[in-house]
Amino acid sequence: METYQVDLSEIALRIRREIVRMVYNAQSGHPGGSLSVADILTVLYFKEMNIDPKNPNDPKRDRLILSKGHASPALYATLALRGFFPVSDLAGFRKIDSHLEGHVSREIPGVEVSTGSLGQGLGVGVGMALASRLNGFNYHVYVILGDGEMEEGNVWESLMAGYKYKLNNLVAILDRNGIQLDGYTRDIMPLHDIHAMVESFGWNVIEIDGHSFSEIEDAIEKSKRSERPTFIIANTVKGKGVDFMENNPKYHGSPPESEDLYRRAMRQLGEEI
Amino acid sequence: MKSESLRDVYGKELVKLGSFDRDIVVLDADLSSSTKTGYFANAFPDRFFNMGISEQSMVTTAAGLALSGKKPFVSTFAIFLTRTYEQIRQSVCYNNAPVRFVVTHGGITVGEDGATHQIVEDVGIMAGLPNMNVIVPADSVETRSVVDYLAGVDKPHYVRLSREKFPVINDEDYEFKIGKSKTIRDGADLTIIADGVMVSKSLEAAESLKKNGVDARVINMSSIKPTDRDAIIKAAKETGHIVTAEEHSIYNGLGSRVAEITSESYPVPVRRIGMRDTFGKSGKAWELFSYFHMDVKDIINEAMTCLEEKNYENIP
Repeated sequence: METYQVDLSEIALRIRREIVRMVYNAQSGHPGGSLSVADILTVLYFKEMNIDPKNPNDPKRDRLILSKGHASPALYATLALRGFFPVSDLAGFRKIDSHLEGHVSREIPGVEVSTGSLGQGLGVGVGMALASRLNGFNYHVYVILGDGEMEEGNVWESLMAGYKYKLNNLVAILDRNGIQLDGYTRDIMPLHDIHAMVESFGWNVIEIDGHSFSEIEDAIEKSKRSERPTFIIANTVKGKGVDFMENNPKYHGSPPESEDLYRRAMRQLGEEI
Repeated sequence: MKSESLRDVYGKELVKLGSFDRDIVVLDADLSSSTKTGYFANAFPDRFFNMGISEQSMVTTAAGLALSGKKPFVSTFAIFLTRTYEQIRQSVCYNNAPVRFVVTHGGITVGEDGATHQIVEDVGIMAGLPNMNVIVPADSVETRSVVDYLAGVDKPHYVRLSREKFPVINDEDYEFKIGKSKTIRDGADLTIIADGVMVSKSLEAAESLKKNGVDARVINMSSIKPTDRDAIIKAAKETGHIVTAEEHSIYNGLGSRVAEITSESYPVPVRRIGMRDTFGKSGKAWELFSYFHMDVKDIINEAMTCLEEKNYENIP
């Protein structure tokens, strides 16, 4: 693995700009949950994960599954900036002549698993973590979940399996932004005490500020010392970084609706256009 | 004709394969004593994963294993796998993850457990999925060959087995070929195309027809998808009328495929035997075939109807 000296905050800002540009260009897509997960992806791809864009099929690489596949702009921007494919490809997001599918597709370099229908990524992660053990490779598997996604039964089934097989190379990260398509998760389907719920399934639960690079990094380092699978509750802000999108359910799945709003968003993310 | 259990052969063949292929892993959902993956669990406990009564977890985990170079065999009852249709669609088929689904207790041969457990829609559901191949073996010999074939595949497969023993119709040296059918009996008057247990019933019907001077061709169409189009069109051209027979709904299974292929390429009358938009019911497995008009006598009746139609067509 090459060592990297990078300015994480500059990268996260660049990822956010690309997210807004992609959904504005496509006039469709999911900016809110992409902006909330940007800092987590930044730490994983630019600091923590053992990956190499020049050797994307190394059997010993770490794996990441973006189970909340609607946050595809965040993953695509991250992979492009990390060198898996040209940044210029991002302009094709959701367009017919592009490989950048609306939801995460395995056809794209650097993507491990296609996702988009919620609740399935953690199970796939369980399988990859089991394979890591069977092969004696001991790579890490990271699965990023949305908090609306926690309403899917498949997630809880997979939590049981992760505990049963004591998959300490499996890390689930919950992008806890509190909003799903129809509104606030506390109104749509409240999860009484998610920390206690997941802990009672036998997982090592760590709760952090999902926009603090040091807390994200620290939690991942702690997961490596756990004998149980780790579940990181990353408290985040939906639409983080763009004032009119922050905590606004409207921007779960809608682009900025005018050029003025687009310019305002890009200005707030550090780009004058 | 002697009868043998397909699922028992499956379980034993898995152990044989597992002894020299370390990449083979097996997942089950609390039914390993019925699906017979329990043999593998005893032989290779470190490569057997009992996922509990959590089929969604089982299917997604199998996708992860397959995408990491393992060769997962996934077993439960046919009915319970279909509850994970969408996991199969996205995590397995869209990723083209080579998961081998080998399900048991398909169709009405489940018998006494009744309608809730007798799925007759599964073949159509699975064959509709891009990337998925679908196989319905006719007997234990074919099952063994299919399991051997599955060890080397690079895409998802669905194999449907039964609870009941089936009559053995294939010779010991028979070898299954994906996308190919086998003409078990040649004939010129009409063709019976069947899969699963209906192949042996069709053979029995053909014997009886022979006594009445009717020469019926019988084809084992175990590879439902990909389908052996050439054999179907050849039969249509050479014998005219076709009867299909399946332990499954006639609306989205073998009968539908034969009707689609003939109507595209060489239209002939196709009469379909199978379940007709209905649920099953409790009863002894072999009584149910008569109850649902899917028994040997029903195949004979449909064949005779075909011949009457043909004779009518031939009046100058």
